[in-house]
Amino acid sequence: MSEAAKQGDWVQIHSTVLRPEERAPQVPADTKKVPLEMWQKGYALTAARIGEQIQIRTVTGRVVTGELVSINPRYDHGFGRPVESVLAIGQELRALLEREAAPK
Amino acid sequence: MKRDLSYEGVMARKNQIMIAAVGIDYSEFEEGPLSFDYEGMMRRAGYSLDEVQRIQAETGVGNTPLYELRNITNVVRQYAAPGYGARILLKDEACNPSGSFKARRAAVSVYHAKRNGYKGVIAATSGNYGAAVASQAAMRGLACIVVQEVYDSNRIGQPEILEKGRACEAYGADVIQLSVGPELFYVFLRLLEETGYFNASLYTPFGIAGIETLGYELAGQVRQKTGRSPDVVVVTHAGGGNVTGTARGLRKAGCASTQVVGVSVDLQGLHMASDRDFNRKSFTTGHTGFGVPFTTWPDRADVPRNAARPLRYLDRYLGVTQGEVFYVTEALAQIEGLERGPAGNVSLAAAMSIAAELDRDQIVVVQETEYTGAGKHPMAQLTFASENGVIVKRGDPRVQKPGESIIIPEHPEQISATELPLDALRRSYLRNAVESLEADALEHSDLKYLCEETSASLEFVRQVLCELGVNTQ
Repeated sequence: MSEAAKQGDWVQIHSTVLRPEERAPQVPADTKKVPLEMWQKGYALTAARIGEQIQIRTVTGRVVTGELVSINPRYDHGFGRPVESVLAIGQELRALLEREAAPK
Repeated sequence: MKRDLSYEGVMARKNQIMIAAVGIDYSEFEEGPLSFDYEGMMRRAGYSLDEVQRIQAETGVGNTPLYELRNITNVVRQYAAPGYGARILLKDEACNPSGSFKARRAAVSVYHAKRNGYKGVIAATSGNYGAAVASQAAMRGLACIVVQEVYDSNRIGQPEILEKGRACEAYGADVIQLSVGPELFYVFLRLLEETGYFNASLYTPFGIAGIETLGYELAGQVRQKTGRSPDVVVVTHAGGGNVTGTARGLRKAGCASTQVVGVSVDLQGLHMASDRDFNRKSFTTGHTGFGVPFTTWPDRADVPRNAARPLRYLDRYLGVTQGEVFYVTEALAQIEGLERGPAGNVSLAAAMSIAAELDRDQIVVVQETEYTGAGKHPMAQLTFASENGVIVKRGDPRVQKPGESIIIPEHPEQISATELPLDALRRSYLRNAVESLEADALEHSDLKYLCEETSASLEFVRQVLCELGVNTQ
């Protein structure tokens, strides 16, 4: 059984704004092949399982409907990994400055 | 009667929605077939410098510190010709309440919305402006909605934009996330119509007036610190507001001979509305994908007449590479002790290049920084680039190809901004103007207007219009 949200849970919903055939004329070919999608967060107004349609109330009081995709959605962007091409820059510049400061 | 909520239906109501959501009747500033009274609009619809200073002081915006980057200046002097290597100063706009200069624009827009009885504000932005509007709205007790373009069709989010969305939510905003596409504007219009909130557009006279204080403050701080006016002010350039507001502020401070240089990250070759290209760029603002189109036709904005008109103010326009900006961002943290976001450091890369061309007693000012954090950090962006198949390596930054490679310089001397010739942009502007023209001929006011718009001579404008087949006699 998939995860379920209770009424009052903080959730995220998904909906399709424009189907591919409804997209704007100026959109490039690759973008035109896919729908314009939307994600919104708010409090669940009813209980629902992931994948079901649900109504939510956003923090500005808008009541909107969509497919429940996440319950208590987390922020998962981070700082990445140390990148080799950047790691050495500090040491190199400090060495340059020390060379300049050294008595000639 | 039920309103037509289809794409075509909503777009057809664009003008009436905007008049209600901005509260400016732009038609009163219109003149000839092309021209409008720009200064009249700024004067009558905007706020004076004194008023803006007072509004911004109420919410703690502005009066950010000015640092001298002694170590970076010394690095430049190591490879500059003898006697060359101007002093590089930096205005730390990250010290604004929401972490970027965008608080200046938002402060005035949100104040104006509140004063005119709007219950909330909406901003369509994937950038720092969202957090700025959300923060100012929180201070003044207004509701806030931010509409962002975040994900590609595989639901992979650009880390920088994910972070900005998080920041907006931290300030209590209702964040609406969309997949790639210019129809974001359609969603935005629907929300304006549905909520009756104020359009906190980046491009109103209020927003631009908000940036004038940046140029004005900067001039005073530089004079106090060095006893002279800045020789060059380097501005990260995207939609044109930063260039326009800063330059207007400098003029108001009497900096008649200060050169205003716009800089964008070179993303030429990547399509801004392409689902595929969306996550192959490591900068979501401050790049040529906004800088060039907004310079050559400002009125593509979300208001009928854009108050940001960069071609009027630019003395030079330069391009830098993604690799150069990541390099200087690391340098700023490592040898100046200032860890800031990459997008705000676009102008720093160009400043190093410019400083090497100037005398040691001259002053180059980098006029902004932005906050950094998860997602909008060089390591986050470069890790994401690698994961999306972009090659990240060291070498000559010139040989990079946006979307395919990011080349981090091996030595600071390799940082060398590229000139984007203003005359080519002026021609492009004039071509766009002619294409927008519905009348057969131009009026005298249009010619004068086009000279002001392109900051070019009557001769130049006449010549280009003649090449485009327009009768100017």
